[in-house]
Amino acid sequence: MITAGVDIGSITAKAAVLKEGEVLAVSVGFTGYNAAQAGMKVLAEALAEAGVAMEGVDAVAATGYGRRSLPVAGTIVTEITCHAAGVHLLHPRIRTLVDIGGQDSKAILMGDDGKVKNFVMNDKCAAGTGRFLEVMARALEVDLDSFGELSQRAERAARISNLCTVFAESEVISLIAAGEERENIIAGIHEAIGSRVFAMINRLGYKEPIMMTGGVAKNKGVVAALERQLGCPIEISPYAQCMGAIGAAVVAREK
Amino acid sequence: MNARTDEKERKKIKAVKKMKEIMTFYYIDAKTASETGKKVAWITSGGPVEPLIAMDVIPVYPENHGAMIGAAKMGVELCEKAEAMGYSGDLCSYARSDIACATVNGGPIGGLPRPDMLVCCNNICGTVLKWYEIQARYFNCPLFILDTPFCHTSFSAEAKRYVRRQIDEYITFLEDVCKKPFDRDRMAEVGRLSIEGQRLWQAVLDTTINRPAPMTAFDAFFHLALIVTLRGTQQAVDYYRLLLDEMNERVREGVGAVDEEKYRLLWDNLPIWYRTKWLSDKFAAHGACLVADTYTSAWCSSLKYMNEDDFLESMAEGYTRIYLNIGVDEMARTVIAMIDKYGADGLVMHSNRSCKPYSLGQYDIRSIVERERGVPTLIIEADMCDERNFAEAQIEGRIDAFMEMMAAKGSA
Repeated sequence: MITAGVDIGSITAKAAVLKEGEVLAVSVGFTGYNAAQAGMKVLAEALAEAGVAMEGVDAVAATGYGRRSLPVAGTIVTEITCHAAGVHLLHPRIRTLVDIGGQDSKAILMGDDGKVKNFVMNDKCAAGTGRFLEVMARALEVDLDSFGELSQRAERAARISNLCTVFAESEVISLIAAGEERENIIAGIHEAIGSRVFAMINRLGYKEPIMMTGGVAKNKGVVAALERQLGCPIEISPYAQCMGAIGAAVVAREK
Repeated sequence: MNARTDEKERKKIKAVKKMKEIMTFYYIDAKTASETGKKVAWITSGGPVEPLIAMDVIPVYPENHGAMIGAAKMGVELCEKAEAMGYSGDLCSYARSDIACATVNGGPIGGLPRPDMLVCCNNICGTVLKWYEIQARYFNCPLFILDTPFCHTSFSAEAKRYVRRQIDEYITFLEDVCKKPFDRDRMAEVGRLSIEGQRLWQAVLDTTINRPAPMTAFDAFFHLALIVTLRGTQQAVDYYRLLLDEMNERVREGVGAVDEEKYRLLWDNLPIWYRTKWLSDKFAAHGACLVADTYTSAWCSSLKYMNEDDFLESMAEGYTRIYLNIGVDEMARTVIAMIDKYGADGLVMHSNRSCKPYSLGQYDIRSIVERERGVPTLIIEADMCDERNFAEAQIEGRIDAFMEMMAAKGSA
């Protein structure tokens, strides 16, 4: 049985093609203003890479903010369920999942059966999300993908005390004006996100082993900051960004 | 008519029509008070209304009006007006709506009638003190404040004496403003009617113990209006008797408010007035029925402290020990008791940007409930009146994910 999952997030759209629990292909693209189009585009790309025709797909499920817009979706399900389903398929030992996406972050506690036991989400605020990092990258004129590496060269983390994205941006601009090293500022930004996400995980009550998914999991600096707060290692899947799409393909098979 | 329309028709609560009629006449009566020579008092939702009824004063509730403003989706406009007047956007949206509305006679009914007096009881929050002081200055009318000490862990004898003394001062205040003596026999009668009304309201809410529940918390939000505004009158007693009969009939006939009720949830905090229909449909689509709530039950939760043969003596305690004036531990015990009583499978908490006393402590209550009963909680961040604090995509995602989790639990 071949199934596909499409995760249309606030910043990027992701697609995954699965055959009998095996990931055949994944694809990522920007969502832009047309969620349906972006979803169909990444799906077509993933199918092409997997060498499967659309007609050969038995079931499609959609998730993410744009989940209701995908015309070919037979099942619509939330990212919470999907991230858990994806992780359960690929990394069944994981009990706590931290997903940091473009506009929200969430912590999910998983049962031994791989089902969601409980979850918490960030409040109505962009701090501690991918969008927060994008704003900071712009202020620092640095490519976001180099954030992780740069922060590891920091001598010390600059102190970013504001949790609001808008205020934190002005704080970063003040630090730049004061001549603070770029690397230190980036490390400070990662510490700020780490603290915020740590508080959220604590609200849930976490259980090891812990895994991080979502686009922000690609940033080594955020992962390291959160590991320091937690005092335990965090596992990162090679499919971190596409876990929602993979999980959607798993859910599509179950339905 | 097809079967679907028939079913929809069967689910409609007939008493709604009567309720709308009563509320319309109530507001006409209040708005024409200056022509009929009656006095009007503005009073807080948790305030002691019975002495006003005994003095033939028409009580008017800015908070009930606030709910109407919210439901009519006029909250944002009025809140923005208040913010332009200089009030902080962090202030309660009922307070902002009311303060702004008084200056422009806006809102769905063209504003409230001018008050002859204001009665403020701080058992629901501290904001009402400044809010009512502002209105007393604006309307240049007398203000009575009933100060009910917060019951962190208990209600002391000193607190009881303190509040009881103020009830005497309240009566003197009313005699001064109304220029007539207080009729204690009439007061005793009003007190009995108030308690009878509260008992009937509790009985209406308790019909949801049945499966399927004949009504939801969203229905309770609507039918609440009379126990707030006309508590202590025969009219409220008659109405709730009518509503109770209808609910009991639905129970006998097995009419459920939600098609194929699968999950029973408990709501905490004020309604999100401008989205009650959307939320009601959203939960119903998942087969979830909000069977009870901590909000509407607050208008009968003091019954255990009340004595119908001596209303004035017992009201000091009854008005002080309400849900919003007690510590988090007792609030959690109340929530757990409701989960047990109504057989709730989950808790839905509205973290209300406007209502700090209601929202502070919710995360603790959530943990206590989870520890004691293993019942999961969904937290929705919004505001009762100010739509700018409602993010549909985020809230929809949370509700859907919560219901998916409940479904997975059920199938495990």
